[in-house]
Amino acid sequence: MTLTEVQDQIVEEFSAFEDWMDRYNYLIELGGMLPPIDPKYKTDEFLINGCQSKVWLHAEYESGKMKFSADSDALIVKGIVALLIRALNNQHASEIMNANLYFIDKIGLKENLSPTRSNGLVSMVKKMKMYSLAYNTKHIGL
Amino acid sequence: MSVNKENPVPGIDVNLIRRDFPVLRVQVHGKPLVYLDNGATTQKPLVVIEKLNELYTSKNSSIHRGVHYLSEQMTNEYESAREIVKNFINAKSTNEIVFTSGATGSINALAFSFGEKYVRESDEIIISEMEHHSNIVPWQMLCERKKAKLRVIPFDETGELIQNEYKLLFNKKTRLVAITHVSNSLGTINPIKDMIRFAHEHQVPVMIDGAQAVQHGRVDVQDLDCDFYVFSGHKIFGPTGVGVLYGKETLLDSIPPYQGGGDMVDCVRFEKTSYNILPFRFEAGTTNFTAAIGLGVAIEYLNFIGLEAVAAYEKNLLTYAEKRLKEIDGLEIYGNAKEKISIISFLIQGIHPFDTGMILDKMGVAVRTGTHCTQPVMDHFQISGTIRASMAFYNSYEDIDRLSEGLKKAKKMLS
Repeated sequence: MTLTEVQDQIVEEFSAFEDWMDRYNYLIELGGMLPPIDPKYKTDEFLINGCQSKVWLHAEYESGKMKFSADSDALIVKGIVALLIRALNNQHASEIMNANLYFIDKIGLKENLSPTRSNGLVSMVKKMKMYSLAYNTKHIGL
Repeated sequence: MSVNKENPVPGIDVNLIRRDFPVLRVQVHGKPLVYLDNGATTQKPLVVIEKLNELYTSKNSSIHRGVHYLSEQMTNEYESAREIVKNFINAKSTNEIVFTSGATGSINALAFSFGEKYVRESDEIIISEMEHHSNIVPWQMLCERKKAKLRVIPFDETGELIQNEYKLLFNKKTRLVAITHVSNSLGTINPIKDMIRFAHEHQVPVMIDGAQAVQHGRVDVQDLDCDFYVFSGHKIFGPTGVGVLYGKETLLDSIPPYQGGGDMVDCVRFEKTSYNILPFRFEAGTTNFTAAIGLGVAIEYLNFIGLEAVAAYEKNLLTYAEKRLKEIDGLEIYGNAKEKISIISFLIQGIHPFDTGMILDKMGVAVRTGTHCTQPVMDHFQISGTIRASMAFYNSYEDIDRLSEGLKKAKKMLS
């Protein structure tokens, strides 16, 4: 699926929920289904430190595409992390670098990705894009 | 004022009082707001809001400089506000009341000025483990500049400072004690009068951070005999951007100014510049005079309600809140000192405070989650942060009920 198709699919799923509690319950569920990150990556080296919740991120590069695994100690944050991974996993590094992640706003979670919200998510998205840029640059031999 | 049956303390009819605070009528995510983040900042009564409006619509003019009517009128209002603050904390003279940008601004100014005059290499400053970062970092910066040493009073499992350890920290090199009157994350009220007396027996002056104290009960700086006392306007129902630094006149007079220019000058020549008298010497530039005047109005409002009535009401509210919170299985309160103000920091076992805060928010309940600018406190308990409910005299028993319901719901969702 393309980045746009995945995002649209997520937006469609969330449009079924009117109530915030239902949205949060769904996010908690999604977070629970996120494949666990390899424990060897759950160290300070891979920690993206937000002030209040911790997010660990690991990235790999395979044939032009990015593979991410991540975890968070806060359940709702983990759900949003799961959505980000769902959107960006197996996408081309070159696409991720400049991705417009409009789905976050459309499902009503824009405030979670604002610079003022200290939950590590802004930093996580930045890191995912940076990894993609770095691998892409390395791959094309710059 | 009528008497609330659940809380028979004459003077506080919370429903009447709430009408004075327009923000409390706001809806958040379609629910009536329950504002329990007063430790971060307080809401403003209409009289304060209307005062600011009046100043900006019909009275605005710079203070201390002009010969014209508006300027004189504004100067009078500003200096009246200073008089109000002086009476509020029972200082001896208005020369001892400096308007600053807030408690943090006051502490930074003091750390610089006091440090310049009195702190040398290998001297020591005593602070405590429960301090807000604003009463840690300026002293760390001073110690780095002067190659001085910071000594830290530990606290125990109940959140009380260990007095024996405090006493052991004193030696010939001790120059200042800088401690908080009330802990913003644990709610502990420190026995500062005794601690000040002990410091004075060793000829050491004491600065008290009263940012979380002045709005909850009577503070008398002469009775306490503290050498310096600081607080922020926005935490005592006043506007943002103003605070107070109180200093005993002789001591304040002995330290150099922190910032130069504006009201703090007397005569400026390139050969030498002389400075203004107290308190203006510490009010460089143009102070936030409108906010200072607003602070005066807030204090007068609080005086009208009555600080004793506020303290009594909040004590009952705290008792009720602790009772409701303890109904929740797995809830642990951090900070169980014998003397506390109406702040409760807590965690629910197995549940991340941030998740809880987000769910409470969607239910209209505003609490604070995280380290509350007291990372050493969290390190002491080896936790990453807490949920903090900080109450003011305009919080109702219904507010506590909604917090309790919200927590129960959050616990169900997150378990």
